[in-house]
Amino acid sequence: MKGVLVLEDGTVFHGESCGKPGQTGGEVVFSTAMTGYQEVFTDPSFAGQIVALTYPLVGNYGISACYQEAARAAARGIIIKEEAVDISGGAKVKRLSQFLEENDLVGIKGVDTRTLTKHLRTHGTMRGIISTLETPVDVLVQMARELPLISEQKLTEQVSTADRYILPGSWPTVAVLDLGVKSNSIRTLSKLGCTVVVLPAYSTPGDIMAVEPDGLFISNGPGDPKSIPQVTETVRSLLGCLPMMGICMGHQILALALGADTYKMKFGHRGGNQPVKDLATGRVYITSQNHGFSIRPESLPHDTVVTHINLNDGTIEGIKHKHLPLFSVQFHPEGAPGPRDTTNLFIDFMRNMSLQGGGHCA
Amino acid sequence: MPKDPAIKKVLVIGSGPIIIGQAAEFDYAGTQACRTLKEEGIKVVLINSNPATIMTDAEMADRIYLEPLTLDFVIEVIKVERPDGLLPTLGGQVGLNMAEKLWEAGVLDKYNVRLLGTPVWAIKKAEDRKLFKELMEELQEPIPASAIVNSIEDALSTADKLTYPVIVRPAFTLGGTGGGVASRSEELEVIASKGLKLSPVNQLLIEQSVAGWKEIEYEVIRDAKDNCITICNMENIDPVGIHTGDSIVVAPSQTLSDVEHQTLRSASIRIIRALGIEGGCNIQYALHPNKLEYYVIEVNPRLSRSSALASKATGYPIARVATKVALGYSLDEITNSVTGSTSACFEPALDYVVVKIPRWPFDKFETAQRKLGSQMKATGEVMALGRNFESALLKGIRSLELDTQTLSMSELKTLTKEELFEALKYADDRRLWVIAEAFRRGISIREVEKATSINPFFLSKIANLVQWESKLAAAGSDRETLLMAKTLGFSDAQIAEFCQMTTLEVRALRKKYGIEAAFRMVDTCAGEFPAATPYYYSTYGEANELEVSEENKVIVIGSGPIRIGQGIEFDYCSVHSAWALQEAGASAVVINNNPETVSTDFDTSSTLFFEPLTDEEVLNVIEQEKPAGVLVQFGGQTAINLAKPLAEAGVTILGTSVSDMDLAEDREKFHHILQELQIPHPQGGTAMSVKGAEEIALELGFPVLVRPSYVLGGRAMEIVYNQGELRQYLTQAVKVSRQNPILVDRYILGREVEVDAVSDGRDVLIPGIMEHVEKAGIHSGDSSAVFPSRSLPQEVIEKILDYTSRLARRMQIKGMLNIQFVVQGLEVYVLEANPRSSRTVPFISKVLNTPLVKIATRIMLGQSLADQGYQPAGEKGYIYLAPEKITAVKMPVFSFAKLADVETSLGPEMKSTGEVLGLDTDPTKAMYKAFLAAGYDIPPQGTILATIADKDKAEALEILKGFHMLGYTIAATPGTAKMLQGEGVAAILVNKIKDGSPHVVDFIRQGKADLVINTLTRGKEPARDGFRIRRAAVEYGVACTTSLDTVRAILKVMESMIRVKSLQDYIGG
Ligand SMILES: Nc1ncnc2c1ncn2[C@@H]1O[C@H](COP(=O)(O)OP(=O)(O)O)[C@@H](O)[C@H]1O
Ligand SMILES: Nc1ncnc2c1ncn2[C@@H]1O[C@H](COP(=O)(O)OP(=O)(O)O)[C@@H](O)[C@H]1O
Ligand SMILES: [Mg+2]
Ligand SMILES: [Mg+2]
Repeated sequence: MKGVLVLEDGTVFHGESCGKPGQTGGEVVFSTAMTGYQEVFTDPSFAGQIVALTYPLVGNYGISACYQEAARAAARGIIIKEEAVDISGGAKVKRLSQFLEENDLVGIKGVDTRTLTKHLRTHGTMRGIISTLETPVDVLVQMARELPLISEQKLTEQVSTADRYILPGSWPTVAVLDLGVKSNSIRTLSKLGCTVVVLPAYSTPGDIMAVEPDGLFISNGPGDPKSIPQVTETVRSLLGCLPMMGICMGHQILALALGADTYKMKFGHRGGNQPVKDLATGRVYITSQNHGFSIRPESLPHDTVVTHINLNDGTIEGIKHKHLPLFSVQFHPEGAPGPRDTTNLFIDFMRNMSLQGGGHCA
Repeated sequence: MPKDPAIKKVLVIGSGPIIIGQAAEFDYAGTQACRTLKEEGIKVVLINSNPATIMTDAEMADRIYLEPLTLDFVIEVIKVERPDGLLPTLGGQVGLNMAEKLWEAGVLDKYNVRLLGTPVWAIKKAEDRKLFKELMEELQEPIPASAIVNSIEDALSTADKLTYPVIVRPAFTLGGTGGGVASRSEELEVIASKGLKLSPVNQLLIEQSVAGWKEIEYEVIRDAKDNCITICNMENIDPVGIHTGDSIVVAPSQTLSDVEHQTLRSASIRIIRALGIEGGCNIQYALHPNKLEYYVIEVNPRLSRSSALASKATGYPIARVATKVALGYSLDEITNSVTGSTSACFEPALDYVVVKIPRWPFDKFETAQRKLGSQMKATGEVMALGRNFESALLKGIRSLELDTQTLSMSELKTLTKEELFEALKYADDRRLWVIAEAFRRGISIREVEKATSINPFFLSKIANLVQWESKLAAAGSDRETLLMAKTLGFSDAQIAEFCQMTTLEVRALRKKYGIEAAFRMVDTCAGEFPAATPYYYSTYGEANELEVSEENKVIVIGSGPIRIGQGIEFDYCSVHSAWALQEAGASAVVINNNPETVSTDFDTSSTLFFEPLTDEEVLNVIEQEKPAGVLVQFGGQTAINLAKPLAEAGVTILGTSVSDMDLAEDREKFHHILQELQIPHPQGGTAMSVKGAEEIALELGFPVLVRPSYVLGGRAMEIVYNQGELRQYLTQAVKVSRQNPILVDRYILGREVEVDAVSDGRDVLIPGIMEHVEKAGIHSGDSSAVFPSRSLPQEVIEKILDYTSRLARRMQIKGMLNIQFVVQGLEVYVLEANPRSSRTVPFISKVLNTPLVKIATRIMLGQSLADQGYQPAGEKGYIYLAPEKITAVKMPVFSFAKLADVETSLGPEMKSTGEVLGLDTDPTKAMYKAFLAAGYDIPPQGTILATIADKDKAEALEILKGFHMLGYTIAATPGTAKMLQGEGVAAILVNKIKDGSPHVVDFIRQGKADLVINTLTRGKEPARDGFRIRRAAVEYGVACTTSLDTVRAILKVMESMIRVKSLQDYIGG
């Protein structure tokens, strides 16, 4: 079945349907990760987006239950060059096509994703529609233009947990504010021995303190951090009460809570090869990233310092509070997919909790 | 951390001659490093015995020592040069071992030379199997169960504790030399005894075999700040058990999940940290096919063949960055020279598939054991890029320049299913084609997977291509089908075959449909950032990214994979031609497919196309680039072969015209010209039958030289001494017929002489004459050559110069010309002429300090020799240059130790893989250095083992007497011993093989001989004895030669070294 990708600027890419037939729309972004397509497709941060993979062969080792980053795929659609037919890896492995069907994902294959990538890098991310129906292109362009912008969408509620749940462990107890948390963050905390309490995004400060946490972990998630001011408020009201660690969207939320501002980037950072410099040590780490918003450097309050920057474009990759045990990073120390060079940050969080854990303002 | 200001002068150790396991990749690494050092304002001192390399060019380093890579010589260089630092990681295993020896000898301490990049203990821990094992245990990195042994007994008892099969891996050897898998104790005994001998420290690792697992490699770089990045991972399609150098490899990995990849990546970083390497390092793993379990196979604490591949595969200049890191820079202080804007501290993202396929020498060595195992056998490799695996694979196959350009191999068509299964199970170099043939016969992917342990992902891709073969035959050539076929990488020629059209028809149809090659950029970042480096590969059905400049462009055709007969020399020529073009204001476009070379380095040319060297693919580039012309004289026979099809397609070939080249290439036409110019050549004729051949031979008189007329490059060429041998050749070796004519030439027993000339069609520049040490009959590539010739009479020299210049003018040579002569008495015969740059051009250019390639390139751009300042004196029309003070001896180097069952005796077919140079003002010393550099380690006192054929006994006697007088012990087989004793030379009698142990082979195995002289006997049985003797010498690392000329040269060298002589000796009493 034929498929077509139409961008809001009228650019058209032809291909073939892969996954569920139909029509889907969203913000079109690209990721340069060469492995971990399953982790990408199930990363809740891709909610509202159609993700294109620059690596041309996808599905080579199939789909395995252990690589899910959330129960279901969050992306609105996928754009790939080639889907593997025969796959490697043993009996427990499913094919990509089956996964797409099961997740109701509309996708398109056979697309020249390199040309698409260059287009997006030049003109910035934009809205687009994948269609396997026979809808005329000009209609699709119009539809793409009428799609809500990413910032205008309520994405958090689509991916955050509806109810609080607990993964028992021992000390410390970490409250995870789930803005679309990836399983590997939770797994990493659990592996460190934490009792992990995952809370819905719109939990109140009271809800959070009710679990008697030793620290607050503000997760990654989709969309514009400014579209969920309630969450920022919640975090702000807990500043000084708890050690906090933020990742990706959680990092942006922490910055907003501290009084900084965020902006939408031209095409963001998505992939597993972004070099990030730790300004305190001068060391550089290769990181996994997936974000389209960033913190405005000039907006940072005096009591907040930049701890990490992106080596390629100098954007802020990490901040911490000068006095309070609060820090956050734009990248994903939990990897999945991507390098595990910065998993130490979880240990830093543990250390903060051991030094200053417990709620101080119930 | 900026660079360390204390380092002002750095010594770089090269890797020496090209041998299997150590090829052009170290010229690439060394050249990039030298350029980087110079860029940093550091004085570079270089030692390398390989004259065919670009790194040994005058411009590359401040001080270049073309000297033997032995401890003594390197110490000598250090004493003179007093470098501040030593970069040991660029010269392969040779460089690394040398650094360690220097350190052990206390030389580095004594002269205050700092080892840059990799500390000595890291070299030790990575290379010494025992220390490595301990380190891995300390890091809790899994390694297969194993034990270190120093004796055969221990090897056997260790194996009993593990379970067979076990693998034997000697310490400190290269390319798996001396290793192998043993399934039984008898096999283990044989492998272990060889391995012990070959390991310089007599140490072996006996290890549990994990054959059949995935073999995965990582390239890691670390800086002094402890920043670590992995440049690339590579997945071997062939499972563990087949050496990575002999495996088909893809990059990036295709069948590894992110968890598997990150697990190995993290392990790589832990390992490089533990080793404290500041620079690059290669780590190999075995990964379980279906679960997260792995073993570390080995660590190479240096740049390697794989790092060259990773560099070319990703566009990331590993050698350059590793050099900067060794100087003290941290990775984030270095810019990514591909994007020009981002930092070098990142990991490349690829948006294409890279396939590397090895090139094996079995076309030259028909008797060789072709099975692949843990010891590397390939001489070179090709790399191909595509947007899918299928196209990269097919492009790779075409790049190999084999008899087949596709996935089918005619010799496999006749195999039975059982034989196919057998071939699947025991891989040899034809494995890829065997798999395809299996699919054609309906064998399933599952079955093939079971027999080969190759991942079904790859197998299904091959199966897909096989299916497409029949699809094409059935569906024909509608637009859709054609586009899909092109996207999958099928060539026009192959499509033509399936659709029963001609290649040109397919091309025309394709153009009608608008199906054209699109070029895509290798940019290190999958399109995320704009890139500045024009490095392209072709694809179909996608957007074209090629930015064609308006500049005056010239294309240089490269020489493809390194193979016997076409080595790194041709890359030297291609690179120099590209540089000469740029210097002359043109922009140089290089097309090549060899990832090991300097020519495919991203900043050698103005634009680089990584493509197969077929007419279709080259024409695709030409159609878009629209160059002023194409240079075909520098890429060896590969490039020359393209001249005709390109010219027919209307492309301008610069320099000598295609029809003039044909005058040299076509024997008939060439003989015509020689007759016309009254230049003698060996008489001969073409035979279509056994009878015809016999008549010609009788008329010429034996011995004669025979060869099939259709093969190039001296293949299947033999000297036959009588009618019986002739008949045997005609009926067994090659089957003479009307379709398969045989050339029969008079064999001229004389001195072989060679000339490389440059001509503009009018004047001729003749840069000296090379004289071979061995008589004609041994291929020029396998002969030692003295340059300039020191013994030819003036009359002969003049004849050679005269013939050369008249031939060049007659053939209207514009560019390079190589001529081979045989000199008998005062008569000079022309053997052949090659209208292109030859193997010897690099070393002559260096010794004469005359840029021959540049001069030739400028001629092709339209300048004359006179324009360039080369004006012939007088009427002769030629300029003769010859070095006055210095003598150079070029000596071939062989890789017989890596190739089981290969006949090592030399003849008219080339067998060497590389060469070294000995350079000195004293010709005998030059010869001495050449022998040393080539690995003839002959002590001043020792034992010489001689088994001499009857026809050579008289000649040998004089030489052996000479050795005897120098105090050498002579050991000989009965006939030779009897002759010696008859002449009053005491000789130890050694049994022939048939006389029983201990016999001559035992003598060699026991390490009793320092030099083996074995001349060839004609006839069946003794020849087999000779073969076993020669093989034993090779396998046990004893110098062995079949040429008395070579032995005479050795004797002369040894004689020159004794310091006392009697008065009688001086006055000849
Ligand atoms: N334990 C093992 N079992 C089976 N094959 C092995 C084992 N160890 C090594 N090999 C094979 O032998 C090859 C050569 O071994 P390696 O140690 O890498 O030698 P080299 O120094 O020549 O690269 C490897 O590429 C791998 O395929
Ligand atoms: N007529 C001949 N007499 C003596 N030796 C010859 C003769 N023809 C060829 N040879 C020897 O064979 C070698 C290879 O022959 P050549 O024609 O040069 O083949 P190639 O094309 O491989 O260079 C020469 O280098 C020379 O030593
Ligand atoms: Mg190896
Ligand atoms: Mg020749």
